[in-house]
Amino acid sequence: MGATESYTETFVELIRRASTELPPDVLEALEEGRKVEQADGLATIALDTILNNVELARESSAPICQDTGTPVVWIHHPTGVSTRGLQKDFTAAVREATSRKYLRPNAVDTLTGSNTGDGAGRGIPFLHFEEWDEPRLEVRMILKGGGSENVGAQYKLPDAKLGAGRNLEGVRRVVLDAVVEAQGKGCAPGVLGVCVGGDRVSAFEESKRQLLRPLKDTNPTPELAELEARLFKEGNELGVGPMGFGGETTLLGVKVGVLDRLPACYFVTISYMCWASRKAAVSIDQEGGVTWLS
Amino acid sequence: MAELKLPVSEESIRNLEVGDFVELTGRMITGRDAAHTWLIEDYREEVAPYLEGTVIYHCGPVVAERDDGSYDFVAAGPTTSIREEPYQADVIGRYGLRGVIGKGGMGPKTLKGLAEHGAVYLHAVGGAAQVLARAIPRVEKVFMLSEFGVPEALWVIEVERFPVMVTMDSHGRSLHDEVEERSQAKLRELLGFAV
Repeated sequence: MGATESYTETFVELIRRASTELPPDVLEALEEGRKVEQADGLATIALDTILNNVELARESSAPICQDTGTPVVWIHHPTGVSTRGLQKDFTAAVREATSRKYLRPNAVDTLTGSNTGDGAGRGIPFLHFEEWDEPRLEVRMILKGGGSENVGAQYKLPDAKLGAGRNLEGVRRVVLDAVVEAQGKGCAPGVLGVCVGGDRVSAFEESKRQLLRPLKDTNPTPELAELEARLFKEGNELGVGPMGFGGETTLLGVKVGVLDRLPACYFVTISYMCWASRKAAVSIDQEGGVTWLS
Repeated sequence: MAELKLPVSEESIRNLEVGDFVELTGRMITGRDAAHTWLIEDYREEVAPYLEGTVIYHCGPVVAERDDGSYDFVAAGPTTSIREEPYQADVIGRYGLRGVIGKGGMGPKTLKGLAEHGAVYLHAVGGAAQVLARAIPRVEKVFMLSEFGVPEALWVIEVERFPVMVTMDSHGRSLHDEVEERSQAKLRELLGFAV
């Protein structure tokens, strides 16, 4: 892992995988949804189209969705690795992936309204760095689309209107409300990344980090595992359905994390991820050897 | 399933109802946030012929430029339509659009505009960028590319059997309103509120 070595090409491949190959856990959840929908309805047509689309994207190595999102990246690195260098390499990778059409030019100058044209911009891509004791780099990324980002929400408990107090029952109530508010606008069926606690900065980051989890894993904290299972069941009972057409499949998964909070604050923060829950991960060892992770 | 040729008559549009699955063939145009404000600011004579009698597609595509200078849609699913709610009914009325393609549905102002002008809201499957790009064999022309950038430009495209669902019709019905109402009722039940 010499200082002069560039990770750009590996990061381009990471982006290509995320943008064009839907992870197996997400595909499986979509297929399960397809089985429970009634034949001939709009929900079935929507899910069939989605499954067909996933296959086409993989075959042609083209973006699953034209909104290739914001690359949100978590990098674990050993002591002594330059995070500035990683930032530089990743940004170069975003530019290269944009020119190869794995990404859409997706950064807009907020003041002028002009597109930067190369996918990079102020705050884009968004990288989190964490030093660890292992000698290797681990890079995990999601591509977070704008439509689903717009239906994310942050609630402040207590919430009188929803009868939500400062406990997990209160969390349950506001999360279900968020699913109804989102309807199909975040491209249902979606995955919910939820953070209980934290502040208005840390909570959104944690809610996104939850989206990295495999859909079929079990939360190690029993009361959160129970909450996730209940929210998944009840969220689907709301009947929003694929694309909001009505149906049985509204959610593909619910993942809940916890951060400690200030005495005065109790936030529940929800990041909604569309059905195209694009995520990819790679491990890079000291010799530069690359292992793709699921 | 019905096949609909574009441009389309008001009569054919009035025959469509919520729940219909339709495949579109012919010429349409893309337009999203920047395009809608631009179309409202002033009457855009140069674009008007490409809007009349056809549909506008809320889409910000990934586009490749070929060596001969022509364009190819690489990925082209719908974007969220509700952002155009303040402008859509006026754009439909002013330019004679017969429909809108997008995702997520639109609000009461648009629903009223659809009934008034004889137009429909057509829902494409969100995220299905490959299925839909393959139904767009040709890019004919583009407006405002340098000003708005690739996603926001107005692309005139030929489509072939482009699959959409009617979720808001010209008779005042909206599937989105119906699903929302049912899910709100279910939420009240789950939260133990009086139904």
